[in-house]
Amino acid sequence: MNITIGKRRHSPSFNEHIRKHFFHLPLKNDQAVVAIAGNPNVGKSTLFNALTGLRQHTGNWPGKTVDRAQGAFLFREKSFLLVDLPGTYSLLAHSAEEEIARDFICFGQPDAMLVILDATALERSLNLALQIMEITSRMVVCVNLMDEAGKKGITVNIPLLEKDLGVPVIPTTARNGKGLKEVQTALYEIAVQQRPTAPKQVRYSAEIEGLIQELLPRLQTLPAASFFNSKWLALRLLDSHPPFVENISRFVRLQNAPTATYQEVEKLHAYRLE
Amino acid sequence: MRTALNKPADPLSQIYADLEPLRHTSGHQLADRMVADIFANAHLIASQVIQQDPLRNPRRRSRLDQLTASRLFGYPLMLLLLVGIFWLTISGSNLPSEMLSRFFFRFQDILSQWFQAGGAPLWLHGILVLGIYRTSAWVISVMLPPMAIFFPLFTLLEDLGYLPRIAFNLDSLFKKANACGKQCLTMCMGFGCNAAGVVSSRIIDSPRERLIAILTNNFVPCNGRFPTLIAITAIFTAGSAAFAWRHLLTAAAIALVICLGIAFTFAVSWGLSRTLLKGEPSSLVLELPPYRLPKFGAVLYRSLIDRTFFVLRRAVVVAAPAGAVIWALSNIYLGELNLIAHGAAFLEPLARLIGLDGFILMAFILGLPANEIVIPILLMSYLSTGSMLEIDSLAELGTILFAHGWTWLTAVNVLLFSLLHWPCSTALLSAYKETGSKKWTLLAFAIPTFIAFSVCFFVTQAARLLGWA
Repeated sequence: MNITIGKRRHSPSFNEHIRKHFFHLPLKNDQAVVAIAGNPNVGKSTLFNALTGLRQHTGNWPGKTVDRAQGAFLFREKSFLLVDLPGTYSLLAHSAEEEIARDFICFGQPDAMLVILDATALERSLNLALQIMEITSRMVVCVNLMDEAGKKGITVNIPLLEKDLGVPVIPTTARNGKGLKEVQTALYEIAVQQRPTAPKQVRYSAEIEGLIQELLPRLQTLPAASFFNSKWLALRLLDSHPPFVENISRFVRLQNAPTATYQEVEKLHAYRLE
Repeated sequence: MRTALNKPADPLSQIYADLEPLRHTSGHQLADRMVADIFANAHLIASQVIQQDPLRNPRRRSRLDQLTASRLFGYPLMLLLLVGIFWLTISGSNLPSEMLSRFFFRFQDILSQWFQAGGAPLWLHGILVLGIYRTSAWVISVMLPPMAIFFPLFTLLEDLGYLPRIAFNLDSLFKKANACGKQCLTMCMGFGCNAAGVVSSRIIDSPRERLIAILTNNFVPCNGRFPTLIAITAIFTAGSAAFAWRHLLTAAAIALVICLGIAFTFAVSWGLSRTLLKGEPSSLVLELPPYRLPKFGAVLYRSLIDRTFFVLRRAVVVAAPAGAVIWALSNIYLGELNLIAHGAAFLEPLARLIGLDGFILMAFILGLPANEIVIPILLMSYLSTGSMLEIDSLAELGTILFAHGWTWLTAVNVLLFSLLHWPCSTALLSAYKETGSKKWTLLAFAIPTFIAFSVCFFVTQAARLLGWA
């Protein structure tokens, strides 16, 4: 019994394993997983706390201790598990934080990503958003710190940004709780109602686009293509370290296995930069 | 399914393997271009959706960054700040140094009188007063004033937010050496103390780049070596210029020595990443924090209490017993010569090859516990009286050095050797704790030692061959 979401096939038993053992997520039945990503100090934790209220508890990531919070909230009788990823500027995996964030987005298979942008430094936070949009289409973007931006004389054209990015964009001021309901509604639409999105894809320079086009025919026939965006795969084959590529293969193999065992999932987890 | 799981290579890994030559030749440029393209896309989007009210736009910060992080002015500005800081340090610390040493040595006479009045044996007076007290006094009077000026100035720059800009400027150089731009921050820590520099390498995430940072940290002179560098440079640039320009010349010479150390950091990092620690550099995402007006009270407290007195205490704690040992060694005679002279005579042939003499090399060896005591040990060994003379000024120190056959070549070699030689025992211990490996600790000792000996050897032989010395 596989659920089909777009082109992806999720095997529930395996994802349960991954979430439980790789990411230490205690999942209740039918709970939707939402991961929050964003630059450091854009108000991720403020938004996290505002959304979850007091019902949060903390856990540790496997490996290096990087604080991570998870908490649950209920919206329209659907339970959401919110995972606060470490703050990063990119997903290029040059630091433990970036690696953790990237691995969760790739292998944790969240039902939706909540990407938080800084209205006072939009360009910088868009870098991260664009990188996440290459991996998943199931995302909600939130432009936070709207009050600070207002003080600095910055106005953000939200409808235009939404049109540009092709995913729901919501202005918020997490500190005052402004925009929370809208964020929850958007998350519900993406994670539960499977609202389709058309995430903006980065246009690379001619040489890189050429390399991608060369690789695409070979990649599109692979089993990995049913789990990952082929263009993203092509890019990662060009710039990744071997362990990450091995991990993608392992992830795909395990998805196709009838039952994934704890040890096999552990191998995924054993991946380190070196 | 089992067999599928155990299959050695899957199609994805196969494609990855096929791309290996491409990644090898231009993978790094490709990754950089990908990042640049993503940034360009983000810039395009942001420029369309953002409107900035021109009246409320604080542009001052970015204008300052255009200067400090610019290609044209970035490096000269860094150099200017470096020379400026040393100039202030040198010209500011001269007078207090003299006052301190005069005070300490006057008190030494009083101490001696007390010992005589109390009927203490000569050897006790020797060890305690001429050994321990004198060495400690020398270390304090020579080291305290420069530190009390240098550290607050350095902390001021740090609070202002300038250090991340230095890292930003040097990142491209580090990348060429296949190392991490954050290594610059560990270098900055190394200026204070190499042991602290080694520990701060934790901020570098890649183990390969962290090891490079640890192995090369001692090429930036720590605070323990600054007094040596300052004293020797000051003596040998003293006669060469008019009084008003002397301090500036000295400061420029020290800045040159430091730049040389940084050049060695790059060269060795480059060499390591091509031999023992092969790999690609990771790109650096460094947030340039806004420039802030430093809080002067906090700067003074942090630089004086946390840094100056911490380092000084360490110096005295090591130098005091060392002073006692040196006094003992110089007063135990085997035949005609005391033990120090024996040691120096043994080291003499090797030392001559690299333009030093046996006493200097031995001072460096005995200075392993702390670089601060190299010059005090050298002086103690030079002076046949068995303990240090009163040295009120650098000029007198110069007289002693000239009397023992120092030439400009000796001075240059001492500067080079001090800059490049093995790290002190504390830094080595930190390296062992951080790497957890005897092999890397041994390398942290062996690489600088090898470089120091070879550089001094080549400089000496070249100078002699050319008839310059």
